[in-house]
Amino acid sequence: MLSALPGEFVAIVGPSGAGKSTLLNLVAGLDREMDGDIQVDGQPLHADGLMRVRLGFVFQEPRLMPWLTVIDNLMLVLENSTDSVERVRHLLREVGLSDIEQSFPNQLSGGMQRRVSLVRAFVMRPELLLMDEPFLSLDAPTAARLRLLLLTLWGELHPTVLFVTHQLREALALADRVLFLSSSPGRVVLEVPVQLPRPRELGDASIGELHDRLLVQYPELLSGLVEEEKQQSASEIPDSDNRLPSSR
Amino acid sequence: MLRVRETWLRGLSLLAFLVIWQLAAMAVNKPLLPAPTVVLTTLWNDLTEGSLLYHLGITLARVAVSFLIAMALGTALGIVMGRYRDVDAALDSLLVLALNIPALVTIILCYIWFGLTETAAVTAVALNKIPTVVVTVREGARAVDRQLMEVAGVYRVSMRRTFVQVYLPQLYPYLMAAARSGLALIWKIVLVVELLGRSNGVGFQLGTFFQFFDITGILAYTFAFAAVVLVAEAILIRPLERHLTRWRP
Repeated sequence: MLSALPGEFVAIVGPSGAGKSTLLNLVAGLDREMDGDIQVDGQPLHADGLMRVRLGFVFQEPRLMPWLTVIDNLMLVLENSTDSVERVRHLLREVGLSDIEQSFPNQLSGGMQRRVSLVRAFVMRPELLLMDEPFLSLDAPTAARLRLLLLTLWGELHPTVLFVTHQLREALALADRVLFLSSSPGRVVLEVPVQLPRPRELGDASIGELHDRLLVQYPELLSGLVEEEKQQSASEIPDSDNRLPSSR
Repeated sequence: MLRVRETWLRGLSLLAFLVIWQLAAMAVNKPLLPAPTVVLTTLWNDLTEGSLLYHLGITLARVAVSFLIAMALGTALGIVMGRYRDVDAALDSLLVLALNIPALVTIILCYIWFGLTETAAVTAVALNKIPTVVVTVREGARAVDRQLMEVAGVYRVSMRRTFVQVYLPQLYPYLMAAARSGLALIWKIVLVVELLGRSNGVGFQLGTFFQFFDITGILAYTFAFAAVVLVAEAILIRPLERHLTRWRP
């Protein structure tokens, strides 16, 4: 049983093979092989091939259409394109991407592509946002900037977020609540509310404290996770200068 | 810089060909091998006073129509066969058969079944080309990126937009390859079709020249036709290809 309140930011952590990505794919309807059901307000989420909520999905890879310009990539996910160009432009200005709206994804750096892909998830005003390790294998400052952008955009629209990661620290820095999955079979084995004030950053002392406290409290539960985290984030040293330059 | 160089090399090889031809004709000095100057004079006369433009126009129209039909049907079938394994399995051996039927057989059968009509001519040409389009496009349909299709699915992009903006662009390289080889094949087959069962067009004219052993006429028409194909390649195919692949780094 896993649930989220409207507007809640839920992080899901767990070792590889816990089925974190599968969980998101099931919610998104990309994967349909399951027993059980997914409900929104007591009604099934998927019915007759339709989705009851507006859904955004940020994948591990940016997954932009290489043959569409940045702005066309964003327009692609909007149903009614005529009235929304201005809104998309506005959003691009807000996140400091105006200069590249006519660029093709191949002309952008990896970090920029991720940023566009993040904006794409917000441009259609999602009610539910699924994120599958979206900042994996990015350098620390870029990842930090993207996290900040995510929190800014989330703060404006307040979609419910399911954020999958296997970095405990990242989960603690972002979420209202962190769920821990065990590996095969993947079950929710622990639930930790994070009641720290925002904005938070990966390197904050309070995050570090909570992180270390959890490790001491649940050593057997988190041991597998932490080993992976060490490998993954060897280069991810918290950076003090990681503010988004264009955000006001 | 490189583009200029390429253009020069293209021009240079054509010029070298003409020079060698001229020298050969002067050496042989018989009506069996007219010099390029003679051919060009004939070409000019046919162009200004004769009926070359008319026949050329007719032939190009046939090329265009049968090309469009073959591309449309071949693409549709290629997509379906690339997408659905069952359809592919069911039609694959027929496709191999169709690929190997000589063009001449298709043409003759079409003329016998549908009469010596324009429809029969265009049908015969299109039928000859469809299988190769299918094979190329099927390859592209098999290579479609599932991850990008998932994006369209998750974001509820409409079927039409998914097809035009997500699916089709992935097929462009394959469609361009099919179009290239398609034009080269089709204009050759159109001439045969015209020779066998039409009373106008470049193929028909070539047949007439053949009966009179008019080699100069044959070469003049060939020249005109080849020039048109080169121009079509330069002002249609290549710019289109550049436009479709402009996003590549």
